[in-house]
Amino acid sequence: MHSLFSRNKDYYGGALMIFIGLAAAYAGTRFQIGTLARMGPGFFPTAVGAILAAIGLAIALGASRATVETSEHPPFDLRAWCGIIGGVVAFVVLGKYGGLAPATFAIVFISALGDKDNSLKQAFWLAAGMVVIAAAVFRWALQLQLQLFHWG
Amino acid sequence: MIEQSLAGLWYGFGVALEHHNLMWSLFGVLVGNVIGVLPGMGPLSAISILLPLTFGMHPVPAILMLAGIFYGSQYGGAIGAILLNLPCHPPHAVACLDGYPLTKQGKGGKVLGLTMLASFFAASFGIVVMIFFSPLLVAVAFKFGPTEVFSVMLLGLLAGSTMSRGSPLKGVAMMLLGLLSGVTGTDVNSGVMRFTFGLPELYDGIGLVALALGLFAVGDFLLNVNRVKYVTHNARVRVRDMLPDKAELKQSFMPMLRGTAIGTLFGAMPGTGPTITTFIAYAFERKVSKTPERFGHGAIEGVVAPEAANHSKTQVDFIPTMCLGIPGDAIMALILGALMIQGITPGPELITAHPDVFWGLIASFWVGNVLLLLLNVPLIGIWVKLLQIPYRLLFPSALFFIAVGVFSTDNSLFQIAEVLVFGVCGAVLAALDFPMAPILLGFVLGPMVEENFRRALVLSHGNMAVFMQHPISAVFVTASGALIVFQIVSYIRSSRRGRIVY
Repeated sequence: MHSLFSRNKDYYGGALMIFIGLAAAYAGTRFQIGTLARMGPGFFPTAVGAILAAIGLAIALGASRATVETSEHPPFDLRAWCGIIGGVVAFVVLGKYGGLAPATFAIVFISALGDKDNSLKQAFWLAAGMVVIAAAVFRWALQLQLQLFHWG
Repeated sequence: MIEQSLAGLWYGFGVALEHHNLMWSLFGVLVGNVIGVLPGMGPLSAISILLPLTFGMHPVPAILMLAGIFYGSQYGGAIGAILLNLPCHPPHAVACLDGYPLTKQGKGGKVLGLTMLASFFAASFGIVVMIFFSPLLVAVAFKFGPTEVFSVMLLGLLAGSTMSRGSPLKGVAMMLLGLLSGVTGTDVNSGVMRFTFGLPELYDGIGLVALALGLFAVGDFLLNVNRVKYVTHNARVRVRDMLPDKAELKQSFMPMLRGTAIGTLFGAMPGTGPTITTFIAYAFERKVSKTPERFGHGAIEGVVAPEAANHSKTQVDFIPTMCLGIPGDAIMALILGALMIQGITPGPELITAHPDVFWGLIASFWVGNVLLLLLNVPLIGIWVKLLQIPYRLLFPSALFFIAVGVFSTDNSLFQIAEVLVFGVCGAVLAALDFPMAPILLGFVLGPMVEENFRRALVLSHGNMAVFMQHPISAVFVTASGALIVFQIVSYIRSSRRGRIVY
């Protein structure tokens, strides 16, 4: 079964590898490359980057001949991504300006809302439960170096 | 040499049974078992989440705990596959094929009991192989210089990235990406900062825990939430149901032996993943069976053999990891990384320099497997309950544990941001059908590959032919070449048939 998306998958994947490989190889040349007998810090990344770009090219070229079964789902679920990414970012920000308790609540609450089957109430109670665990297990028992509440 | 091994083993039991070590071993298998049972969590996430806990520990209990988590989560994975048709962890997917039909026929408990017996037997066999094979391998490995180390790593990397599932080219691409990620940080030879993007937090390189959790846990969440439905069923198992009768024991005896043999064989080959091993064990069992039509409808052989293969492979996998410092798959790479964080470099010197780690680990395999057998029987009811926790409540909690775990590695919020970045990268790459495991393999081996490559060429004054001039190295380079040729030939064959065989 030929499908445009599945074929594009290998095109995009190959192209991505070519891009990463060339970028790494270019960055490598900015360090000293040296000779085979006395390699500089740039030699290894440049060589690996070049090979990666070559493999990427092979993947992209192979794409036109390969046929892969596709799933009917879209590859990304926006709500899940917002929930998970938002939750982790909230943990980092609140961990710095707020403390462990608000950070814990935020990461669990926000990411739980990323699942379309969770209601606000369920997410709230799950998050509240995790705050209790965070305080009892991590702050009190394991002495995690992050205060429950602190400002700035 | 055999006497030495036995003396070492005796010493190892002394180490493993010290109550402090025993406690951590028990903790490891218990937590591993719990996490392995939870839907969507495999040994990789389990080990990465608990890795930070080991940083403050003595190396012996640390490694005992990590190994315990590993095989504990494998026991757990089998339970989910057989009772609820949940392939939480790919190697167990094959156990669903016949395990779940048996559960529907009301024989779930018996199959579990048989599986546990077979797993214990297979693990024991793998341990014996490890005890007697490791010193032999070490004797060879002592002759290794940088040239040989580079060549054997080359073979390990190529095998690890091409022999698992999926397109071999994509596996190699991911392995190279892993090598590049390993470059990040300060170059040990010149002190130059590479790929740090001006961020001082990256001067020490990328965190192993952050990379593993990002790729395997957060990446999975991003792709699975709202898209994959884990349907949970009701299943009830009592201890009494788990005792198999004589006929069933007899029926599963030969499959257990065959599975163990297949697992041992594949464990000795670098790079063959556990999933492929279990599938081959299943296919082999169906081929030798007199009644192949029963497979897929509840053939006990189809559960026992793959699970036995999985467990013997697990143990044998430790041989190259501990004796050569070359991990066969991503889980071994993680355990290798954990040892290096402790300041212990696995390799031929390990047995003499850290006999407590090596022999203690081997003895703890047995202790841990006995503990698992004892734990799983009475706790089976609890595992079944755990299996029914919905994914929508599980992943936010897991995300919190990940954040806290990564934070505690060096009390930096930056590492949590790293997890997120790798999670997004992992999800994008996985959506493009790239395999994740080779990245970890390349990342852990990367610095060693570069170091030995540079050293070998300094010694040979820049002569690349040195890799073919040393006899041991030539063997590995030739094997790597043969592997590449084999992959190209099978690619051409399959594309002639019009499709890629996965």
